Amino acid sequence: MNQSASDQTCRLAVDIGGTFTDVVLESAGGRTTSKVLTTHRAPEQGVMQGIEQVLQLSGSHAADVQIVIHGTTLATNALIERKGAKTAFLTTGGFRDILEMGFEKRFAQYNLDARRPAPLVPRARRYTVPERITASGRIVQPLDHAAVRDAATAMRAAGVEAVAIGFLHAYAHPRHEREAAQILTPLLPDATVCLSSEVCPEMREYERFSTTVANAYIRPLMAGYLAQLKERLVDAGFACPAFLMMSGGGLTTLDHAMRLPVRLVESGPAGGAILAADIARSRQLDSVLAFDMGGTTAKICLIENGQPDRSRSFEIAREYRDMKGSGLPVRIPVIEMVEIGAGGGSIARIDEMRRIRVGPDSAGSDPGPVAYNGGGTQPTVTDANLVLGKIDPEAFAGGHIVLDSSGAHAAIQQSIGMPLDIEGFWPAAGIVEIVEENMANAAQVHAIERGREPSEYTMIAFGGGAPLHAARLAEKLGIGKIIVPVGAGVGSAIGFLRAPVSYQLVRSFRTTLSAMDLPGLNALLDDMTDQALAVVREGAGLHELLHERLVELRYLGQGHELSIDLPVATLRADDLPHLRHQFEVLYEKIYGLTMPDAEVECVSWSVTVGTAPQSSDPVAAMTGNNAVASDMLRKVYDASTGAMIDYRIYQRSALQPADSFNGPAVIVEEETSTIVPTGFTVQVDAGGALVINRNRQQKS
Amino acid sequence: MSGDTLQLIHHQVMWTRLISVVEEQAQALLRTAFGSVVREAGDLSAGVYDTGGRMMAQAVTGTPGHVNTMAMAMQHFLQRFPIESMQPGDVFVTNDPWMGTGHLFDFVVVTPAFLDGQPVALFACTSHVTDVGGRGFTADATSVFEEGTLIPHMRIRTNDQLNDDLLGIIAANSRNPVEVLGDIRSLISSNDVGVRRLQAMMQEFSLNSLDDLAAHIFTASEQATREAIAAVPDGRYRSSMTLDGYEKPIQLEVSLQITGDRIVVDYAGSSAASRYGINSPKCYTDAYSVFGLKCVIAPETPNNHASLQCFEVHAETGSCVAPARPSAVTARHVIGQMLPDAMFGCLVQALPDLTPAESAGSIWVLAMSGNTDMTRADPANDFNVMNVGLGGVGASAHTPGLNTTAFPSGVGGIPVEITETESPLLFRHKEFICDSGGAGRMPGGLSQRIEIGNTDDVDFLVSAATWDRFDNPPRGRAGGHDGRAGTASLASGKKLVGKTTHCIPAGDALVVELPGGGGFGDPSERDQSDVEADLEAETISTSTAREVYRLPDDSSKA
Repeated sequence: MNQSASDQTCRLAVDIGGTFTDVVLESAGGRTTSKVLTTHRAPEQGVMQGIEQVLQLSGSHAADVQIVIHGTTLATNALIERKGAKTAFLTTGGFRDILEMGFEKRFAQYNLDARRPAPLVPRARRYTVPERITASGRIVQPLDHAAVRDAATAMRAAGVEAVAIGFLHAYAHPRHEREAAQILTPLLPDATVCLSSEVCPEMREYERFSTTVANAYIRPLMAGYLAQLKERLVDAGFACPAFLMMSGGGLTTLDHAMRLPVRLVESGPAGGAILAADIARSRQLDSVLAFDMGGTTAKICLIENGQPDRSRSFEIAREYRDMKGSGLPVRIPVIEMVEIGAGGGSIARIDEMRRIRVGPDSAGSDPGPVAYNGGGTQPTVTDANLVLGKIDPEAFAGGHIVLDSSGAHAAIQQSIGMPLDIEGFWPAAGIVEIVEENMANAAQVHAIERGREPSEYTMIAFGGGAPLHAARLAEKLGIGKIIVPVGAGVGSAIGFLRAPVSYQLVRSFRTTLSAMDLPGLNALLDDMTDQALAVVREGAGLHELLHERLVELRYLGQGHELSIDLPVATLRADDLPHLRHQFEVLYEKIYGLTMPDAEVECVSWSVTVGTAPQSSDPVAAMTGNNAVASDMLRKVYDASTGAMIDYRIYQRSALQPADSFNGPAVIVEEETSTIVPTGFTVQVDAGGALVINRNRQQKS
Repeated sequence: MSGDTLQLIHHQVMWTRLISVVEEQAQALLRTAFGSVVREAGDLSAGVYDTGGRMMAQAVTGTPGHVNTMAMAMQHFLQRFPIESMQPGDVFVTNDPWMGTGHLFDFVVVTPAFLDGQPVALFACTSHVTDVGGRGFTADATSVFEEGTLIPHMRIRTNDQLNDDLLGIIAANSRNPVEVLGDIRSLISSNDVGVRRLQAMMQEFSLNSLDDLAAHIFTASEQATREAIAAVPDGRYRSSMTLDGYEKPIQLEVSLQITGDRIVVDYAGSSAASRYGINSPKCYTDAYSVFGLKCVIAPETPNNHASLQCFEVHAETGSCVAPARPSAVTARHVIGQMLPDAMFGCLVQALPDLTPAESAGSIWVLAMSGNTDMTRADPANDFNVMNVGLGGVGASAHTPGLNTTAFPSGVGGIPVEITETESPLLFRHKEFICDSGGAGRMPGGLSQRIEIGNTDDVDFLVSAATWDRFDNPPRGRAGGHDGRAGTASLASGKKLVGKTTHCIPAGDALVVELPGGGGFGDPSERDQSDVEADLEAETISTSTAREVYRLPDDSSKA
């Protein structure tokens, strides 16, 4: 392959979401976008339809396109809807139920009827074989080959399509897993086989097994879909390579994605974070809080020095949305974000304490908010925004849906106003205030957990709902500046075009700083680097590759770690005191003190190799100032005064760089409206983004 | 009207924020704690109080035995150190079982929060530290003096200066001094996180006092709780329950009086305190009694001073549920964690559809150590690790019981790979037991068999302090069958009894089989396809399917 994922002039991005498939084409001639309905049965159909539209609109041809970048929720949906392969799990004798026992914990203290999600592999398809390796790598029970063959026979009889293999301590000692795979593979020629030592080589058996099983469960489906898509693209005249967006924010080749599809979950939201990171870099913003709000959820991600925060664990298919612990854990590199059930469709109600509750359940698009007149009867955030004048009933979604204000008002009065004995716009104001508080709290807790203070951040708001709530959220978090980018409605797909080709590997290898086996560790890091290079080399072409190494440290005896940068070089004994120092500086920043007597332990090691991100050009700071004022007025609820007051209405399409005006104002565009309360100033920057500044004296 | 309305909404917002403040406090504790029982299993809690020592909010993360006891522990601190005597930068501590959370292992740490020089709130948190000396985690002591070092209410930090003398005493009396000091620092820093966040919140909302907010929280909570209690049919309900006990069985006698919106629990007639360390101090008895009642009657009302105050608990001093000093109490959860089942035994008479069957109850702590002779140091075999054995939860009228899950405790399991990395121990087995859940229309949760040996060729010790329900399995309800009884043995065959400390000989292994959850409703009413699914999963046997669940012979699965 002679083409890489970088520097092509004509680039195409496709994001398959739950409702819409977004396609973006960027070429010398500019950006073209399309939005078509996702075709769930054969997603490649919607993709091809959207691609056809952008080619037509832009006057381009398939042959002009030099790269296709793809992200999809298909993997996530297959897990949520349980539509993956018939999967078997082969594990250490005596441990058949680790996958089902989970954390053995109730995630809801007072709920006597709580259920846990069923494991992806039912007990009848969990097979055990005699084998055992200790934590230190000693074989106390050799793998019983005959038992593996017997298991294969049983799997074949059960019609198994995918097999996950997970043995105890395989994160460090993969020998038995590999032996078992060698025996199984020829006996089950049609089944896909995944090893825990390859998918997730990390300590803690439940999370490792859960991740491996999830990968096996979706691999046949994703591999089939990706092969179909590849064929359709070739048939349509695309000769360029295709890359997949991963949850960690990097791109990978189609072939690699087919092998490790679990890394594709949450690729859409990752694209949004990448877009925000690009805006942060182009505006030289060191600390950014990305706020993405759609119909069902809101996502908040922190971006430091142009890089989104990363994490290594994620929970899929929660039985109860927003309830930590009610889903299935996967340990993969992900862009760290908090996702809460707060979107335009989130339903408002009164709880037993006579408190207003909003979400986490959503009316979605069917039946949708009451105002859609689609049969919805429970009031939502969108209904409240309508009653408060924040949304223009005539201009919603570019005028495609006319909203029913009086219906929304009546439903809110019925569900919220009457039980609380309040009326007028107050119940709607309460709904919006609560959903904003929920989001602010989630953002605050998320930031604090990572040792950050959100008030020092710039907010970047995108997705249909975020610009409506961004200013109030900023007030609650003490944030002084908000940016609303151009094209926020297809933000994730645009983000795909800015992503680097990169790959991260993580391995558990526990040692204290004082008893470190440096030669062994350096060999491990080199081996991980070679593996990562093998994955990225094809996509990166001749581009320079950046290396990053991290170690996770904690005090010996603790269970949670902090990530510290490692030098990208052979580690030497005189590096070690510096590691302890870096760890203690960070620890003190987060927890306020250090533990002088305790040893420091290294738990796991990560290596990332990749190209630099595809950065947009820097956007120069605005020097001029062109004051504009609209004559159009609308009554909008103002939280600082607690009254409906006049807001000036601006059309976003009519605004030019340098245009500026003060709140109270509403900026209207096809996919969303931006609310600018009293005490805020707006200016359009050289890149077309709205930059909204808050007067620092204002407090909520 | 509009001013009041705005105020109402503000109060709701601030209440939500306060809960997130204490959740941050708890998360900080979880992340910095030492000892797997806290960091892996989650044995901790955190809360915020008004200056009168009344708990306003508690963290979602945490376990009921800690939370509800801590709600009351604050008053004892304030009696010893009145709020006026507190200064910014002060921190107070105790592990007094009667005035804290029920045993010496739990240190309760209290930090006053100040704003503009005025005290505005108090933060408290607690976690289970790894070792406090004495006999370690066993029930073998016959008085609290043998159980370790008791720290009465003391200042552990004064004006931001740590009390090194006190830390030195605690360290000198622990087998794991580094970890214990780490845990205490972690408790202190967790409260500091809470204080900082509360100060920021009060500045944001321009508050100089929490009094109005506290009044709002307490009024709303009490009202909701009273309404919930009033909805339960009036009456006097009685139940009794037998536990294995240590030297002899423990009898729990409960009467529950509900009159309008008043509810009173009385343990009159229950056994006298045991000679050994399984007694539940009154604070711990209150905690789990109220937890059990609240789960059924008012699960949605938040835990705070006002909602907890609605429940009255009486017990005779000197009984096993209100032992007097210096009774031994280390394994107090043997009795304490059975109390929700005792509450359910009463409530089922009033609310038959809302009350679940009995659960395994007391979690089986697997406290294992390499040093088999406590009278001397043995650095080669000095491992000291904790894992937990969890049995089945009782079924409810609507849902099967959860398999291998702690109830009522809020802790979770500890990974096999973690314990094996911290010690030379090797798990040979950890798997569900077929037929262990009590049969029923909704079956009880399955329990598990755990088998542990030593890879070194030497003996190891295990404390059976908290192992119960060998003779008294969890009872089913409404025609549901009992769960399987617990058992313990050596792999070589010898039976082991509960409560004492056992030596597992080199080359042999410990086998524990946890109690299964009780079933709910007549098994013959269970959906046939569910029975077939259980049979296919081998969680029930063919004979159970046929004889208990009445699965027809012509079923394709049987």
